[in-house]
Amino acid sequence: MSALTALTLTSARAALDKREFSARELTDAHIEAAEAARPLNALVAETFDLARERADAADKRLTAGEGGLLEGMPLAIKDLYCTKGVHSAACSHILDGFKPTYESTVTANLWREGAVMMGKANMDEFAMGSANVTSYYGNVINPWQRQGDNKPLVPGGSSGGSAAAVAARIALAATGTDTGGSIRQPAAFCGLVGLKPTYGRCSRWGIIAFASSLDQAGPLTRSVEDAALMLQVMAGHDAKDSTSVNTPVPDYRAELNGDVQGLRVGVPAEYRLDDMPEEIEALWRRGIDWYKDAGAEIIDISLPHTKYSLPTYYIVAPAECSSNLARYDGVRYGLREADDDLTHMYERSRAKGFGPEVQRRIMIGTYVLSAGYYDAYYLKAQKLRTLIARDFSQAFEKVDVVLTPTAPSAAFAIGEKMDDPIAMYLNDVFTVPASMAGLPGISVPAGLSSEGLPLGLQLLGQPFDEARLLNAARFMEIAAEFTATPSGLGGGTS
Amino acid sequence: MSNYRIEGRSGDWEVVIGLEIHAQVSSKAKLFSSAPTEYGAEANTQVSLVDAAMPGMLPVVNQECVKQAVRTGLALGAQINLYSVFDRKNYFYPDLPPGYQISQFSQPIVGEGKIEITPENGETCEIGITRLHLEMDAGKSIHDMRPDATFVDLNRSGVALMEIVSEPDIRSPEEAGAYIRKIRSIVRYIGSCDGNMEEGSLRCDVNVSVRKPGDPLGTRCEIKNVNSVRFVMKALEYEAERQVEILEDGGEVALETRLFDANQGVTRTMRSKEEAHDYRYFPDPDLLPLKLDAAWVEELRVELPELPDAKKQRFMTDFGLSADDAGVLTSEREIAEYFEQVAEGRDGKLVANWVTGELFGAMNTAGLEISASPVSAGQLGGLVDRVADKTLSRRIAKEVFEIMFESGQDAGAIIEERGLKQVSDSGAIDAVVDQVIADNPDKVAEYKGGKEQLIGWFVGQVMKASQGKANPQMANEALKKKLDN
Repeated sequence: MSALTALTLTSARAALDKREFSARELTDAHIEAAEAARPLNALVAETFDLARERADAADKRLTAGEGGLLEGMPLAIKDLYCTKGVHSAACSHILDGFKPTYESTVTANLWREGAVMMGKANMDEFAMGSANVTSYYGNVINPWQRQGDNKPLVPGGSSGGSAAAVAARIALAATGTDTGGSIRQPAAFCGLVGLKPTYGRCSRWGIIAFASSLDQAGPLTRSVEDAALMLQVMAGHDAKDSTSVNTPVPDYRAELNGDVQGLRVGVPAEYRLDDMPEEIEALWRRGIDWYKDAGAEIIDISLPHTKYSLPTYYIVAPAECSSNLARYDGVRYGLREADDDLTHMYERSRAKGFGPEVQRRIMIGTYVLSAGYYDAYYLKAQKLRTLIARDFSQAFEKVDVVLTPTAPSAAFAIGEKMDDPIAMYLNDVFTVPASMAGLPGISVPAGLSSEGLPLGLQLLGQPFDEARLLNAARFMEIAAEFTATPSGLGGGTS
Repeated sequence: MSNYRIEGRSGDWEVVIGLEIHAQVSSKAKLFSSAPTEYGAEANTQVSLVDAAMPGMLPVVNQECVKQAVRTGLALGAQINLYSVFDRKNYFYPDLPPGYQISQFSQPIVGEGKIEITPENGETCEIGITRLHLEMDAGKSIHDMRPDATFVDLNRSGVALMEIVSEPDIRSPEEAGAYIRKIRSIVRYIGSCDGNMEEGSLRCDVNVSVRKPGDPLGTRCEIKNVNSVRFVMKALEYEAERQVEILEDGGEVALETRLFDANQGVTRTMRSKEEAHDYRYFPDPDLLPLKLDAAWVEELRVELPELPDAKKQRFMTDFGLSADDAGVLTSEREIAEYFEQVAEGRDGKLVANWVTGELFGAMNTAGLEISASPVSAGQLGGLVDRVADKTLSRRIAKEVFEIMFESGQDAGAIIEERGLKQVSDSGAIDAVVDQVIADNPDKVAEYKGGKEQLIGWFVGQVMKASQGKANPQMANEALKKKLDN
């Protein structure tokens, strides 16, 4: 691992200002790392030529003193983001060959500040999955390995390629999207900081939709400060997204001092699962103690509708996806399996174009919206969603942030939990409730499992209170002193 | 209420009709995108990324369309819902790129209202409006360009429609026609829709059932997408007869969707109840509920122009017009404005006769709309003035009008050029009168023998001899004076 790829986003950006190295050198180092890490399958499209071009342009702007907030920073972009003229397929066969003529609002924001695209990151097909095993382009391998065991592990999902890319030093940071935990869970599995902002904070325009009322863009980074910097650039109101909220973007790095004196930290009783591994439980206790010792106030809270979150999520998200994915019909773009009549063309194109997990969710979604079932499933789920959100708003009358584990386990091996979709869905048990409530959440690497794998703790905040959430996360980062690096870096060691 | 009945072997049947009118909002941009809506553009040249449902594209509601829907609701005397929701109606079809139509299902922007209609030769009655909601149009599938392929034109995809749903209050084809014409008149008055049925700006789905008067509602059929008033009336006549025949034969009407074949004048099954789609309606998560400001709605209400019914009343009061004339003259905003311009400071009834008589006749023959009239309101006013001041006889005035309509000249210029001025010089008239009397001694004898109605014939002769220019009133007087002596 080169010194240049070991930097954080923030320190690399500062070094460019001091001309310690050029943007081109920084990008070249990451291209080299990416080439070495190809066995991880983190990128489904490499855009190295474009990266070099942008790095050269960044050097010119830096010389002219016009460097943006992310000038020259090599990033990996989840394949769910539409990037002009570049592979944007949501890692689905059905979007074969699709290259948009437009740029998503969030990536346009990143390029405006000078960021450099390394390539499109692998992901679960249409962001449906928690292990990055449903991608049409094959699974992603987590750069982390269990001690004394080289069995390949999953990076989490759906932003698995993004997480693996940042953990493997292919990029300084990456964009992800989080619908039910798709940023936070892979961040935890790969020893990264993963931030899901408040629903409406980042524009969804140009991001391929999975579940519109839940999808939210966010960063995966190697530090909390990096997450703050990324969010600073990604966030903002967008008139092209009706659900984007028009509220000012504060300076997220201004008060990132890690001071949690007097912070009220809520600990929800309902997140204590019966069959949760002891080391997750212990990590959570340790986290609580860190805050307590630093002068924060620990408050036991109750979020009584937590148990309904997962079942409710698996009604709402499939319902929306069944409708959002109707546009992939073989008529205008992507895969078409020609046939004699329209119905057969639809059936064959969609049967071939969508993988089994996507098909499963489309069918669940179609079912729950059907006449006669709508009230029992979709309508009831919406009511429960309101109650889940109310649990949080009541809790936030007493606390500033909520502290929970991010996932019920560390990264698991490829092949594990694959037979039973429900077991896979349980990965998101701690991340889904905040998604249902539209709240911001962040996962911070907080320790290692007995097998030497990273574990994350999650902080949840009030709507648009990312600044306070980030500061609480910054504290945890300092307290956890998490310095481990993955052992399975392609071509490198740690 | 109409006494329209269909005679059956077992007695009379009553027809129950409800209409769904799809009125295209006259907005420059589409309901959820900024693509233009102009009619007749080359295929697929007015399509945004949103209209083509490209991945990651999102709808943003066009406030102008919301405004026009609210104005229409207000003009229909309907309740405006300050909170409404856009839903997705899911079905697959190549001319529906997203695989769903964004519409309003359970919470429309406009609720109940009612309008008054006056069918031809019928009595004025009230028809309830159930609701009005906003929705996007689909594109167009073209099946007849090649035998082995269907082509899709997405220019219409995403265009804003107002679906106006009536209560099943309509009882005859004539009432249905009057209802559509009234809706068309209202939307054209306020400018929310151009009402052009040929271009598809106004289309109609017709729900019809039959029953014995006083019985509960029968099973209905829906006839989709009928695009003229005449076709709606024809479709209704056919469909009602068809249903009566089935029932009289002891059969049952099937709940189904039908199409009207204008060439054959018949309706045909399009899809049965079993084939009906399950549209899986649910609120569109890409759009927030539509919330309106009560004060803004009030502003729109105040700013509405005078509507047809109010204008009709005013024309009757201010100009002394009959209900029929006032109805005709207010049926279209442009006609009403034209009439008012001419009638200003003139005899309203006289003007009404000219507008509904000469002008409408000429326009009909020429196939023109009032907006394209070659005779301006000012010109027609000038002509009416020449009749009022007796410069022109009514007969000559009609000739002048015809020349005006052809040439676009003012009345004055035509009169001058062609020497059409009415002769009101008593000396000149007397000379013609003397000549006519001298030429027709037998008729003079008859007249003097008591056949006084011959005076009309004499006036006619004088007019003929003067090539229509003699003032008929003066000719009449001069004749009487000479013959009665």
